Amino acid sequence: MLLFLGAFLITQNFHNQYYYLAAFTVLQYIILSQGWNILGGYTGYVNFGTGAFFGVGAYTSAMIVKTFKIGKSAPFLELPILFIAGGLVAALLGLGLGYLTMRIKGIYFSISTLALAFVTVTIILNIDALGGATGLYIIRPRKIPFFTNYMEFLFLVMVALSIFAVAFARYIENSWIGRGLSAVRDDEDAAECTGVPVLKLKVFATMASSTLMGVAGAAYPYFVTFLEPISTVSLDVGVNSLAMPLIGGTSTWAGPLVGAVLLGIIQQIALVTLSPEYSLLVIGILLVSFVILAPEGIVGLFRKFRASLKK
Amino acid sequence: MVSIDLLLNAVVAGILIGGFYAAVSLGISVVFGLLDIANIAHPLFVITGSYFTFYLNSNFGLDPILVGLILMPLFFVIGNIVYQSYYHFFEKQGAEPLRGLVFFFGVLFLIEVSIIITFGVDYQLVEAAYLGESLNLGIVNVSYRLFIPFLVGVLLTTGLHFFFAKTFYGRAIMGVSQDSLALSLMGADPVRIKSVAFGIGIATASMAGALLVMILPIEPALGREYIGRVFAVAVLGGLGSVKGALFAAIILGIAESLTATYFGAAWSSGVSFGFLLLVLAVRPAGLFGR
Repeated sequence: MLLFLGAFLITQNFHNQYYYLAAFTVLQYIILSQGWNILGGYTGYVNFGTGAFFGVGAYTSAMIVKTFKIGKSAPFLELPILFIAGGLVAALLGLGLGYLTMRIKGIYFSISTLALAFVTVTIILNIDALGGATGLYIIRPRKIPFFTNYMEFLFLVMVALSIFAVAFARYIENSWIGRGLSAVRDDEDAAECTGVPVLKLKVFATMASSTLMGVAGAAYPYFVTFLEPISTVSLDVGVNSLAMPLIGGTSTWAGPLVGAVLLGIIQQIALVTLSPEYSLLVIGILLVSFVILAPEGIVGLFRKFRASLKK
Repeated sequence: MVSIDLLLNAVVAGILIGGFYAAVSLGISVVFGLLDIANIAHPLFVITGSYFTFYLNSNFGLDPILVGLILMPLFFVIGNIVYQSYYHFFEKQGAEPLRGLVFFFGVLFLIEVSIIITFGVDYQLVEAAYLGESLNLGIVNVSYRLFIPFLVGVLLTTGLHFFFAKTFYGRAIMGVSQDSLALSLMGADPVRIKSVAFGIGIATASMAGALLVMILPIEPALGREYIGRVFAVAVLGGLGSVKGALFAAIILGIAESLTATYFGAAWSSGVSFGFLLLVLAVRPAGLFGR
């Protein structure tokens, strides 16, 4: 709540547009990496295809903006509708993937998520109504009451969504669901035998995870204002939303948050001072070194450090 | 009315492309199929081979196939090093295989970005006198640009098949994939055998890379498309079966070629991934699975 109020005050007094754009990307990745972590971290199903869910959310929202034009009559109602729709469609896709997880585990699951992302790109590329390879233009509303600029409003909404995503992940982690999910991660068969509803939990985790990704995607069209399949349903989105939780630490909600904020900021700096390639290079190097040297992530390192202080 | 010419040409092109896909996927069949290491970065090793070939061809005029052959020992050594570090950091510590997969996913991006930084994102192609010509067999037209990669791909596959079936090292690799403990009890060192196998897998990538750049212009992100193809071929062919990989590659080649002919080329790059999803969902053991 306090964070949200703080963010609201910032939008009222501070108007440098660049920082809003940069902050949007970081917030977007907080939501994506929390989403990824519900399935990848808690449940142990590594998803390479975040881009598919993100992209489906983005395209759903873009189509609604284009066909219904809610923004004119009800400017404050539009975004929630977009989020719900984007989240729902992504959740449906997640349901499909959830059924896939019944048969496929481990490495095969990860590879099929990759395949899912590529199939999604191909389908969008070939449907003219979705803009095909040329892409779609989405006009961001210029004005909205109480804010000097729509981007500032969008930023505030993203802050709220990120807080929700973190709270949601934290709730799952501390409830019986989280314990069930980690039982699935550690040994699916043993969990099944001791009465954990493995199937239900897996489908729930995939759907919860993909809903968050879809919601993050739903905000994207108004941010970029130009939607194009190859960069939206991209493997880059996949690697980022996987690298951030892994580098932050997958065992707890704080990991993806730390990872997304830290890497998001590093990437923005690399993007401005160097080029997009280098920002991917940074992610790649950090990902590989953390997987090798510190699989527990920053949170794990921090815990070890605190434990060594106590001794 | 479906024209016979068109159909026949599409099928022939598919078979030819399939031979080439076999060469690209061999590394995965060996490394993933026999060693159980999901080297998702394999297509990027292939692309690296393509860029080396392009560099040596455009600067020194070397024949692409020759370059592919020359580079094989180098790639073998690279594969050795990659396996040794993979073993050191993951297998020895009993880390879960998913961590290894994420490691290779990171490696994939590192190689791709390094290529972008070194060579840029422009399309590159190699030159050789014979590449422009084609063989006319009645109604079917066979261009050398496709035929030579097909031939080399089939040769490579057959060679590897006999290597695994007949030679001492080949059999040792088959043995290590079935029971590495038994092998070590018999006095062989599974780590050394596995690093040889991984080296062979990566060595095929240099030749596959040379073939790739003969067939079509390359760019760094092309590797991503091949992830679907190589895993589709390896899984459909039955993991670890070199012979199965060749059949699966030809099936995939024909499917892609027919899709491109009748539905447009934009659909064909998705075919392999759709194939992969279907195979994983329906018959994960593949056609020739054990």
